[in-house]
Amino acid sequence: MDEAMSKGKAGPKSAWIEEKWREHLRIKRRGSRLVLATQLLLLAVLIGLWELAGRLGWVDVLIFSYPSKVGGQILKDVLNGELWPHLAATVGETAVGFLLGTLVGTLLAVLIWWSPFLSRVLDPYMVVFNSMPKVALGPIFIVLFGAGFTAIVITTLSITVIVTTLVVYNSFNEVDGNYIKVIRTFGGNRRDVFMKAILPASFPAIVSTLKVNVGMAWVGVIVGEFLVAKIGLGYLIVYGFQVFNFTLVLASLVIIAVVATGMYQLVVYVERILLKERR
Amino acid sequence: MSQVPVVELKDLDLVYVTDREAVLALEGMNLSVMPGEFISLVGPSGCGKTTLLSVIAGLFPPSRGEVLLHGKPVAGPSPEVGYMLQQDYLFPWRTILSNALLGLELTGRLSEDSQAFVLELLEGMGLGGTADRYPHQLSGGMRQRVALVRTLATNPDLLLLDEPFSALDYQTKLQLEDLVVDTLRQRGKTGILVTHDLSEAIAVSDRVIVLAARPGRIRSTYVIPETIRGAQPFYAREEAGFNELFHEIWRDLESLEGKGE
Repeated sequence: MDEAMSKGKAGPKSAWIEEKWREHLRIKRRGSRLVLATQLLLLAVLIGLWELAGRLGWVDVLIFSYPSKVGGQILKDVLNGELWPHLAATVGETAVGFLLGTLVGTLLAVLIWWSPFLSRVLDPYMVVFNSMPKVALGPIFIVLFGAGFTAIVITTLSITVIVTTLVVYNSFNEVDGNYIKVIRTFGGNRRDVFMKAILPASFPAIVSTLKVNVGMAWVGVIVGEFLVAKIGLGYLIVYGFQVFNFTLVLASLVIIAVVATGMYQLVVYVERILLKERR
Repeated sequence: MSQVPVVELKDLDLVYVTDREAVLALEGMNLSVMPGEFISLVGPSGCGKTTLLSVIAGLFPPSRGEVLLHGKPVAGPSPEVGYMLQQDYLFPWRTILSNALLGLELTGRLSEDSQAFVLELLEGMGLGGTADRYPHQLSGGMRQRVALVRTLATNPDLLLLDEPFSALDYQTKLQLEDLVVDTLRQRGKTGILVTHDLSEAIAVSDRVIVLAARPGRIRSTYVIPETIRGAQPFYAREEAGFNELFHEIWRDLESLEGKGE
């Protein structure tokens, strides 16, 4: 009798809990849908207003252009293939710049972690270089490396390397000393300490500098292209500005926004894969 | 012949040097620990218990005097000495097996045989089937057992235990005390335990050594009677004489704090 009753209770009770959970999911999903809908609406309104403002002459079309014109420009560049070399150059420079920046920055951090003496010697130099507006060095890089790919990548590196070094070196120093003690009690040397404790423990920090460096690399590349101006999206912006074709300038900006976002999302995705097993 | 002490301290002094000052942390320590013996170090905070373990482990050299391991001066960390910390400090990015193999990896003794030995150890401590899991998937007690396996994997004959049970809940702590003492006895290992818990010290040890603080030095030594010593730690607490001994050492410690502070 007792058993039958408790069984009878268990059925509806678990269904009741299930229902609570479903409701929770429903509310959550509704919330996400509302956010997405508002985001799309906002975008449509902004583009619509811009289009209207251009067509009705509220703003100077020569300077502000309007969306259908910008869209047409992008479509034309895509169809006649003129866009691709510029896009490829810029994306290539950015990818090389941010990967190399992260790599060189991390290696530099390893070097100064390895030698506290070197770390102390280099400290004031790093402070000076870090405080400097690195893009101001652009003209010097162009003179040194020629007006092209190398100068642009070096400009990008000048922006990304030191920040990476500082962040990664800092994360090396924040590793719990007891992990180092574990390695040392087994007779591990400095190399063991680094390879088995410091580096894996700092891995998330290194990966997250990738994310920061994507944004920095875009700054470096576009500025580099402004200065060198032969090919690339930055060149298109400068060119559009010089011939007073602001539709081209805005079209380039739209493309940069799309590609940079895509690249950032890619890095976020890679980060998630690399850090999957951790907590 | 077999009576060469595993650890011998001879007039050990240790000075801590910082930019601000040099502090005498340990003074005039003399101590011998025989093979298979289990001793505990108790004392107020600042008596240099952990420092002493680090010196015996060879993590830093004594300022004066000698530390001998099997009659030979300690030159640095050696695989003959195992060290267990207050918390497990398992590496979160490594699996349980990979964590347990760390010592073998670092001493260059990783082989199929040694790996089979470690798997057996894991099995023996009730950790079978966890080899491919990650530390965060295990409870605190299980993690500390993995840390014990990691320490035993290199087959050290001296174990230095730096409050390894202090971060555990009471029940887990009692279970782990039994496990550690049984394991050490079975394998004929020598143990030095640092603890804050006086009843733990009496229950697990052959000798309890009371340290005084500032500078750290040996104040008194209590030999635990055979009846208490023979029992498993859990039951040792119920043996006749346990409470009397507890109170005797307790008074000793209290008089220390009264004087020191």
